[in-house]
Amino acid sequence: MIIRRMFLGMSAALVGASLLMVADPATSQAEEELKIGFVYVSPVGDAGWTYQHDLSRLELEAQFGDRVSTTIVESVPEGADAERVIRQLAADGHGLIFTTSFGYMNPTIKVARQFPDVTFAHCSGYKRADNVSTYLARFYEGRYLTGVVAGSTTESNVIGYVAAFPIPEVVRGINAFTRGVRSVNPDAEVRVVWISAWYDPGKEREAAETLISQGADVVTQHTDSTAIVQAAQDNGVHAIGYHSDMSRYGEEAHLTASTHVWDNYYVETVNAVLAGEAESTNVWGGLADGMVELSAFGPAVSAETQAIVAERQAAIVSGDLHPFEGPVLDNEGTERVPAGRSITDEELLSMDYYVEGIQGRLPQ
Amino acid sequence: MDGMDTALAILVGTVRAGTPLVFAAIGELIVEKSGVLNLGVEGMMLVGAVSGFIATVLTGSPYIGILVAIGAGVLLSLVFGCLTQLLLTNQVATGLALTIFGVGLSAFIGLDYVGTPITGLRPIAIPVLSSIPIIGPLLFNHDLLIYMSVGMVALVTWFLYRSRGGLILRAVGESHDAAHALGYSVVKIRFLSIMFGGGMAGLAGAYLSLVYTPQWAENMTAGRGWIALALVVFATWRPARVLIGAYLFGGITILSLHVQAHGFDVSSHLVATLPYIATIVVLVLISRDATKIRLNAPASLGRPFHPGA
Repeated sequence: MIIRRMFLGMSAALVGASLLMVADPATSQAEEELKIGFVYVSPVGDAGWTYQHDLSRLELEAQFGDRVSTTIVESVPEGADAERVIRQLAADGHGLIFTTSFGYMNPTIKVARQFPDVTFAHCSGYKRADNVSTYLARFYEGRYLTGVVAGSTTESNVIGYVAAFPIPEVVRGINAFTRGVRSVNPDAEVRVVWISAWYDPGKEREAAETLISQGADVVTQHTDSTAIVQAAQDNGVHAIGYHSDMSRYGEEAHLTASTHVWDNYYVETVNAVLAGEAESTNVWGGLADGMVELSAFGPAVSAETQAIVAERQAAIVSGDLHPFEGPVLDNEGTERVPAGRSITDEELLSMDYYVEGIQGRLPQ
Repeated sequence: MDGMDTALAILVGTVRAGTPLVFAAIGELIVEKSGVLNLGVEGMMLVGAVSGFIATVLTGSPYIGILVAIGAGVLLSLVFGCLTQLLLTNQVATGLALTIFGVGLSAFIGLDYVGTPITGLRPIAIPVLSSIPIIGPLLFNHDLLIYMSVGMVALVTWFLYRSRGGLILRAVGESHDAAHALGYSVVKIRFLSIMFGGGMAGLAGAYLSLVYTPQWAENMTAGRGWIALALVVFATWRPARVLIGAYLFGGITILSLHVQAHGFDVSSHLVATLPYIATIVVLVLISRDATKIRLNAPASLGRPFHPGA
């Protein structure tokens, strides 16, 4: 494995990035091994978005052994730097490149045009080409289930949600979570605090403390650090993690977490490339495809709740239940999805309202 | 009473959010008063945060962690000192490089410690006083570092304006040639100031990794070093105003979170910019006297000193 670690400074305008390479002597061309590149937007760390991608990369190495070798480039800023990194990977003989952040979309497309023999897979984008696939998970299905856990656990009927930016992806998660909460506890309400940052442990913690001081006894987040789980643990309330299992930050507080698992998708993609049958696809998989999972339940989740969650999960997998099954009302009473049908993918992708059960108004 | 509890939560949160800024800014204030501009605050904070965290994991004592964080900040500031004071490199460029270096170095040495749980510094309730309603939790139930930060501002104020050492330090910042002609060692005094700034930045970092969010995560300062730098300028190099500015910034950040959590209909984008706008406006308003700004601003700020030139 070759690791290129980039040390980055504060602002792209102020700093230049330096590249430090550690070459592995064992990368000489033995067989026709497939070199796979991964471009990450943040450090791997021990929890979070990039960590989940890296877990699946390790799974690839374990499953395919000598037939593949993987390269990662961490902390690549979205934009011009990304294009340089992706092009370098392609030029170095990587046959398959996963670019794992939305902002890599245009650079990926651009480089893919120059390297028609290389297969690219871009996570969370909407632009595709003959050699560029896109993939994403239906995170909202996991959110719905964690909402069920939160709604069953809360005693104060106030649930706190720390969120980054009001974009459809985040709003969809809040709404699905709230639908889950209200499906088991119609009296509970969800309060949202936007912190205008994906990553600021201090501010995430303060936002969680704020919600807890206002009576929330379960908190969850759509940001990137584990600070809210710690805040819950220190205040004796409960937390639900996101991206990864965050239980080690608060053994008693942690109820469960909605996690992303890319193993299946990555293995299938590698198999296709090895067989020379790679096609341009658009995958948006959920619980049924194993792309979304709940982590192990904490001690505070009752057996009864676990049974309800298992039942709902099975229903979502079989297609009997959709988290946004009509009627879907927004929190001002307007009907957004009529009774008798589920929400469409287009409606999901452009969601710009709060559903019933969320306090306040969505910032526009 | 619900309103009372909320007000109290906001005030306690204000102090918590403001404290890392107080440490970093008061350190930088001394550095700038001696005529040196060190833009490496963010980097020194991160290195302080990670080394304090690692020391706490290894020894189990957050107090040792705090000392190590101060030491690490001082060490890193010595690099800056040697480059700018002995080799006469450009202070702005060296400071920026220090931040970039600190971000990378802290990420590197902290690699194995990401996600290690620790017991952070606990609040020390001052007997009797802490049981007074409202005032007790507000003033007398904090961790050691919060008490220290307020003490440090008082100490720096006294030192700068009431002590001989402070007078010399200000003289060096005002006109290094004149101070040199009087027989003071400009380089030595600046070195000491830079080290103080480094120690305080390290302490600010330790506050984040040991108290605020007791964990190590890459780049966990999230720009607070830059805010501290700006505070020093907007507070026109006056210690008490640095304290006001830091609490103002922290307070409005916390207040805006409460406003949102209460469900008031405000734009989250506006709310996000509010701490910056309010802090700048207030500090500009209370320091709008141009003459006084000139009096407080160190005249030699950022200018390299060539002895005998």
